[in-house]
Amino acid sequence: MFEVSLGHYLTLGAIIFTIGVIGIFLNRKNVIVILMSIELILLAVNINLVSFSIFLQDLSGQIFTLFILTVAAAEAAIGLAIIVVYYRNAGTIRVEEIENLKG
Amino acid sequence: MLAHAIFFYFFSFVAIISAIMVTVSKNTVHSVFFLILDFISISCLFIMIGAEFLGMIMLIVYVGAVAVLFLFVVMMLNVAQQKNQWFKSSDTSTHIPIGLIVSLIIFFELIIVIGGWKYKPDIIENFSDNLISNPTNTHTIGSVLYTEYIHLFQISGMILLVAMIGAIVLTFRKREGVKRQNYFSQISREKNQGVELVEVKSNEGVKIDV
Repeated sequence: MFEVSLGHYLTLGAIIFTIGVIGIFLNRKNVIVILMSIELILLAVNINLVSFSIFLQDLSGQIFTLFILTVAAAEAAIGLAIIVVYYRNAGTIRVEEIENLKG
Repeated sequence: MLAHAIFFYFFSFVAIISAIMVTVSKNTVHSVFFLILDFISISCLFIMIGAEFLGMIMLIVYVGAVAVLFLFVVMMLNVAQQKNQWFKSSDTSTHIPIGLIVSLIIFFELIIVIGGWKYKPDIIENFSDNLISNPTNTHTIGSVLYTEYIHLFQISGMILLVAMIGAIVLTFRKREGVKRQNYFSQISREKNQGVELVEVKSNEGVKIDV
């Protein structure tokens, strides 16, 4: 209980990952919250990589966490740019009203 | 060790609560604030288990750049008063229970994997022990990142460049009625287009055509 092991960190990562997936599924507000949920999922992946890297004494996990950080920043920038363009054209970014593809 | 456990449970509790609040909260600005809180507590966890460099980089990149970018977009798009309605509109659609079921199945699968997971004990000896030999975490990451992973490092720089160009190209537009510099017409201007020499007759003046 008081010995924090690798399993604790992995469980934390699993919980945050699941919250991110729930946020994508249940979102009725706007697309920005979906992007934030994707950031949560990437954060959970980072937790897994860093905790494996620390507990196995191997540095590759931390290096790849840096690359995931890079990709997450690029993804957020592109996604927010797409959202801005969509809002300019359609006037709304509510998830229910984005139905051009008839999904 | 007890203090380590206490800090771990505190920070992970804050992280989980704020992650829930990101998805649940009615106001999008509050979601961004809870996202910032989540990133801060996770980076505290990283610093606590010995990945100081990544913790600080997470603070700089996520809290300093990404979350502020989210905040700017939320304020710019005026979505703050679009209130959350996802409990009211749930009677017409069935996606909320399906989404919950799928997410819980994913969660239990992850927990099963974590609980039943064991690595071979001799696998640790195959890993490089460069975490121990060097003095600090930043030193170690620097000595590996710029030597073994230099190509991935440069490719990630290209990814950032492409993302920057893509964001600029996507949001760029030409508006009517906004005066801009046109560099090409400025540079390609010549003397006979810009200056006209007029001989002024006395008592008549010059008529300037605008």
